[in-house]
Amino acid sequence: MNVNLSLLAPELFISALGLAVLILGLIVPKDSRHGLGWLTVFGLLLGMGITMAGWENQGTLYGGLFVVDQYAVFFKLTFLVAAFLVVLGSMRYVDMMGDQSEYYSMILFATLGMMVLASAGDFMTLYLGLELMTIAFIVLVCFRRNDVKSVEAGIKYLLLAGVSSAVLLYGLSLVYGLTGTVVIGEVGRALTARPVPALILGLAMLLAGLGFKVSAVPFHMWTPDVYEGAPTPVTAFLAVGSKAASFAVLLRVFIGALPAVWAHWAMLVAVLAAVTIIVGNLVAIPQTNIKRLLAYSSIAQAGYILVGLITATGPGIKAVMFYAFLYVFATVGAFTVVTQYYSVTGSDEIKDYAGLSQRSPLMAAVMVICMLSMAGIPPLAGFVGKFYLFKTIINDYLWLAFIGLIMSMVSVYYYLKVALVMYRDEPADPAPIQLSAPVALTLLIAMIVTIVLGVYPGPLSEATNVAAQSFWR
Amino acid sequence: MENFPVLLTILLSPVVAAIIMAFIPREEHLLIKCVAATGTFISMALSLYVFFAYDQSLGGLQFVQRIPWISDLGVTFYLGVDGISLPMLLLTNLLGFSAVFSSWNVNHRPRDFFILFMLLVTGVMGTFVAQDLFIFLLFYEVVVIPIYILVIIWGSTKRVTKEYAGMKLTIYLLIGSAFLLVGVIALFMKTTAIQGAPDMSFEGLARAARYLSEFDQKWLFALMLFGFGSLLSMWPFHSWSPDGYAGAPTAVSMIHAGVLKKIGGYGLIRIALYILPAGAKFWAPVIAFLGVCGVAYAALAALAQKDLKYIVGYSSVSHMGYVLLAVASLNVIGVNGAVANMFAHGIMAALFFSTIGFIYEKTHTRWIPDLGGLARQVPRIAVAFMLAALASLGLPGLISFVPEFTIFIAAFKVYGGLAVVAIAGIIITALYALRAGANTLFGPPRPEFNHLRDIRGPEMVPLVVLGTVLVVGGLFPFLLFDVINSGVVPLMSQIGGALKIGGAF
Repeated sequence: MNVNLSLLAPELFISALGLAVLILGLIVPKDSRHGLGWLTVFGLLLGMGITMAGWENQGTLYGGLFVVDQYAVFFKLTFLVAAFLVVLGSMRYVDMMGDQSEYYSMILFATLGMMVLASAGDFMTLYLGLELMTIAFIVLVCFRRNDVKSVEAGIKYLLLAGVSSAVLLYGLSLVYGLTGTVVIGEVGRALTARPVPALILGLAMLLAGLGFKVSAVPFHMWTPDVYEGAPTPVTAFLAVGSKAASFAVLLRVFIGALPAVWAHWAMLVAVLAAVTIIVGNLVAIPQTNIKRLLAYSSIAQAGYILVGLITATGPGIKAVMFYAFLYVFATVGAFTVVTQYYSVTGSDEIKDYAGLSQRSPLMAAVMVICMLSMAGIPPLAGFVGKFYLFKTIINDYLWLAFIGLIMSMVSVYYYLKVALVMYRDEPADPAPIQLSAPVALTLLIAMIVTIVLGVYPGPLSEATNVAAQSFWR
Repeated sequence: MENFPVLLTILLSPVVAAIIMAFIPREEHLLIKCVAATGTFISMALSLYVFFAYDQSLGGLQFVQRIPWISDLGVTFYLGVDGISLPMLLLTNLLGFSAVFSSWNVNHRPRDFFILFMLLVTGVMGTFVAQDLFIFLLFYEVVVIPIYILVIIWGSTKRVTKEYAGMKLTIYLLIGSAFLLVGVIALFMKTTAIQGAPDMSFEGLARAARYLSEFDQKWLFALMLFGFGSLLSMWPFHSWSPDGYAGAPTAVSMIHAGVLKKIGGYGLIRIALYILPAGAKFWAPVIAFLGVCGVAYAALAALAQKDLKYIVGYSSVSHMGYVLLAVASLNVIGVNGAVANMFAHGIMAALFFSTIGFIYEKTHTRWIPDLGGLARQVPRIAVAFMLAALASLGLPGLISFVPEFTIFIAAFKVYGGLAVVAIAGIIITALYALRAGANTLFGPPRPEFNHLRDIRGPEMVPLVVLGTVLVVGGLFPFLLFDVINSGVVPLMSQIGGALKIGGAF
């Protein structure tokens, strides 16, 4: 079989990088393993370059098993950017934890899993990518193995990820049983508009299994505990990477394989989105721990992104991609502030953020800007993203648009409570917080991109348009 | 000068000032304030130039700038001014410049204060020069973040805490804008379907919206009315206004009462009325009724207040009632009066809040029973206070007389009885404005205020700038009205056809 390996170049490169980091960790003496972080950062930059160079290079491999279209390439770029920012912003934190090589290689393997997911052309590849990503994350979540909370989070994630994978697998096997194929495109052609009960059951199981991964209500229970217990950079990566990858595959399965029964799942997804938005935002209000607050806010964000799936059209896909991309910067920015603040003060409680604006104006500004971008306040990127999302459903699901936009204004309430503590209160310890260069760089990138994408979203919008069109080719 | 991007320079000058300030050490208070003053001065000078260079005989949008922005949403970065936005732009800059000097004595974290204030002024200006609905929305909520932080740090806690005031201001603005946003997205999708291509400019939307069904016009207008109305403190969505102003620091009260809430009135005329005239026709009686309720209710509420800021807060709700009534009359005279009244009230409210700010700074109270006889001790403050109070009650010769008179003429023709109630509101206004002046400034001087130092030096700037405009605008009303008229006449003639048909009540 003639295989065009250039299509696989990004995946090959990242897996080689992951293995290299793992092996170098054994060779390099303990006190100079700091450099592995930089190796990972530059490797990821190079990976982005390789992926970007393949923008026009499209095709399928292994008889439809592995699809490389611009849709997949765009999502791969999103994952690589997320991994890059997470690693760049957390090197000091990782040095404090130790075991750098294992940590960085796990990050890279999780990224690899996401990239495989984005390119999944059939259910087997899909499951392979999903498990690669999930197993790497299980290791990462309990990485602080002397911390009870981290281990507890790891066990929780292990169990629930296992259950959700099982449910998903059940759903996939039902669909396979009905159509006799595991290739997503062929499933789409084989299905007719008249569903049998088994298909509806399979549909519900697919939605539940992937709903776990994107933490949509009512499958969100694991999110706050795992987010709180996991090391903060891992939480950030879990919140952006894992979520974006699951959305990539959610779109691929539902729009690629199940368009024939669209009428049966559109309303279901709309209700799921509405419930997720409402619960996520309302439960976030009473939180006192910043990581739990961000966890609930990320649940709400999942609800917003689900909105793009409902219509199963090009503009919807485009809106999901657009939002997933800008969500990376807002979330990683906010979590990097949390990481940094934890390594200075050892606290994640919101009340301990008092006076942050005086100790570090940059950290406070990044936190506020990233949070308000998630709330969708213009002129930040989140506003444009929500505009794209809700414009797809305004004609048919006006009620959902009302719920979404009003709840996003409610979310401003709890975001501003954090701003209140940071800006109004006097710090307990007035010493300025020194930011290392990589952290400052991460924060600046997150802030500037969030503002620039809000004010001038033109180029990204065009790129996502092209990528969304490639979905059906 | 032909191709010089004047509006962009006006817009960016405070931003540049803010960026410069970010690099000044935080202890350099005077330098920071000077940079802030320079930034706003450049904007003010340029907007004065634009105001007088605007060619009224030509009319329409001038000083236009268009840059393609987001192709698949049909957004262009489209700046321009016409006779309606020009007075608002000038007002923003007059107030921005004055407010810097009203805040001259802010010595608690002044760098943060002025950076946020510059962003606030930029956001407000942007809404008035944007001619594209998307760009308008971008600027519309830029102000949310700075206002909230300004109130919670530099605000004052009296009847309500500053945290409560800040949150109330923010949430009201945002909930209103959530409804507005739903309306905008729906309008955008419907006009795109009509035209076949997206276009977010005001003209483009208005062109396509003509073919909307009457039902669509009505519910879209209702959403916009709620959004813009709650920003304009339309009764019964006004309760943020007195509480918010009471909690906010002086400069924020000035900008918020002076221009920010005028974005509501401006949006109602320039966006909602212009794009959805049939909807406006349907809702006009409701607007008029709510406007008159606001006039009467807020004037009576002001009568009962003892805190100076609450008096001005309620008074501004009452004055916005006149604006609503004028818009609802849906004729050229009425809309002229509405825009002119917004300008006049902006100047007057800002001078009021600036003066109250100085009184509070020096006496540490705004509670009227604790004040009295200040005219002997601080005569310049007394002059500013009385100028503002007299303008508030519409004294001929000061800026607000002609606009109010115009509004009554227009409203009486259309709404007869309602207009009579509104006119009666003037009497109550006179009562509370004069009584506040009398109890604060006149009567026996109190010995505990003997040591007070009158405003001087930089503190005089708001009085000089705003007082001059109050008097000049009163003596030469045509300076204002000719410009406004050149913008209102074409607007009304474009939507004239739609206004003749329909109407529910």
